Amino acid sequence: MTNLVEISNLNFGYGSRLVLKGINLAVPKGSLVAIMGLSGCGKTTLLRLIGGQLRARDGTVTVAGQRLNDMSQGELYALRRRLGMLFQFGALFTDLSVYDNVAFQMREHTQLPESVIRDLTLMKLNAVGLRGVQSLMPSEMSGGMARRVALARATALDPELILYDEPFAGLDPISLGVIGQLIRRLNDALGATSVLVTHDVQESLKIVDYVYFVSEGVIVAQGTPDQIRASTLPFVHQFIWGEADGPMPFHYPARTMSDDLGMREA
Amino acid sequence: MVLEATLRGIRLVGDRTLRIVERIGATVAFLVMTLVHSATSFRRFDLVIREIFFAGVQSLIIILVSGLFVGMVLGLQGHETLQNYGSEQSVGVLVALSLVRELGPVVAALLFASRAGSAITAEIGLMKATEQLSAMEMMAINPIARVVAPRFWGGVISMPLLAMLFSAMGIIGGFLVAVVLIGVDDGAFWSQMQAAVDFRHDIVNGIIKSLVFGVAVSAIATFEGYEAPPTAEGVSGATTRTVVSSSLAILALDLVLTAFMLKGWN
Repeated sequence: MTNLVEISNLNFGYGSRLVLKGINLAVPKGSLVAIMGLSGCGKTTLLRLIGGQLRARDGTVTVAGQRLNDMSQGELYALRRRLGMLFQFGALFTDLSVYDNVAFQMREHTQLPESVIRDLTLMKLNAVGLRGVQSLMPSEMSGGMARRVALARATALDPELILYDEPFAGLDPISLGVIGQLIRRLNDALGATSVLVTHDVQESLKIVDYVYFVSEGVIVAQGTPDQIRASTLPFVHQFIWGEADGPMPFHYPARTMSDDLGMREA
Repeated sequence: MVLEATLRGIRLVGDRTLRIVERIGATVAFLVMTLVHSATSFRRFDLVIREIFFAGVQSLIIILVSGLFVGMVLGLQGHETLQNYGSEQSVGVLVALSLVRELGPVVAALLFASRAGSAITAEIGLMKATEQLSAMEMMAINPIARVVAPRFWGGVISMPLLAMLFSAMGIIGGFLVAVVLIGVDDGAFWSQMQAAVDFRHDIVNGIIKSLVFGVAVSAIATFEGYEAPPTAEGVSGATTRTVVSSSLAILALDLVLTAFMLKGWN
């Protein structure tokens, strides 16, 4: 199986602080791959590098056979027409209705007549179960509904690659299950490839094909959901079972308690 | 000790000056980028018309009411001063020239910066904070072309129209006070105004001023919104900076333009 996304020997940082170190990662065509890790571990940075929002200086990022490192803006935009992205809180355009949000890319990028755009938009909304809210504004919907509309918008032009940035953040258990199932279903129905950045272990392991664990900018574990569940690696174990203490300590590094409280030994 | 404090003061002044110059440079660079990406705005003029509605039409009330009051005050003050010289019949000239040459463009621009400029900054800043601009970029749509340029041109087109309406309302205000209330001869009021106000030197120069102010306010408002840190404090700070910077820019540009216009452009 060929890879749609390939990252090799990637180092990336902001200023002198290295956020990602020696990352090697592959996403085969048609698969749904999760990148997991604690908040601030660098997984969203990794997603932004795949989407070309950030450029790698050391190492390579290849999407659909094209090296992103030194692409011009025109080339990057041409590639992005083949991508879809779901942002953490949907990022719906607040001045447009649900219908106009989903139709937005079709109007911007195609010459389709409005009647065809209407049919396609309603089909996309139907796929996420929200054809009935087409006339609502984003502010009139719950977080879960907004996320589903954003999913319909992200898949509006049947992208080859769909990127998900924390799609489960802040959702109630029912919405969470619905979004999870939609991500899997849309990936398979569209024949797309998906990269999912999340720290929601239980929901992700139900739907993904492969998992990369990132900790402190390094891939510390990888495998299928079953391999991950059976992993005996201390970090993976702590993450999966949500243990408060372990390789990731409960306490942030600090001076000793007696130093902070001014208690000196006599 | 004194030397050290003096050097610190000089360093502080130099540092602040450098930052101001850098900010002006960045705003001009942003303006150039906006102009470069303006083709979409003219190809799809409906986007600009929408912004003319938000920036221009929705500023009408404040512009018209303020114009009326300013004109009334000019009528009162003008009559009070001119009657000392027995020239109260010339109050129409004083009102019209003050408004068309100076107060119309300047006060309308100051009001426009507070009403529409701050709204443009807040809207673009919030779009950035809620990742709407990033979402647009990921859809291969340039936010400068799609979001910034229509707002910029909407402001530039609205500004002279608002300034003209401000002046017109001001003249009506002056008429109400001087002619209707105080009893200045209405024939003298209008005929002296007609004889003294020159189309090229007064009205066209006033329009040129308001166009320049429109460019300055719209460029500052869009730049501050686009560069706002994506937080609540960031957006509120950017909104304040828009009003302060725009007001200073209007007054400084007014001085320069007036000097050129009085001296002649050669």
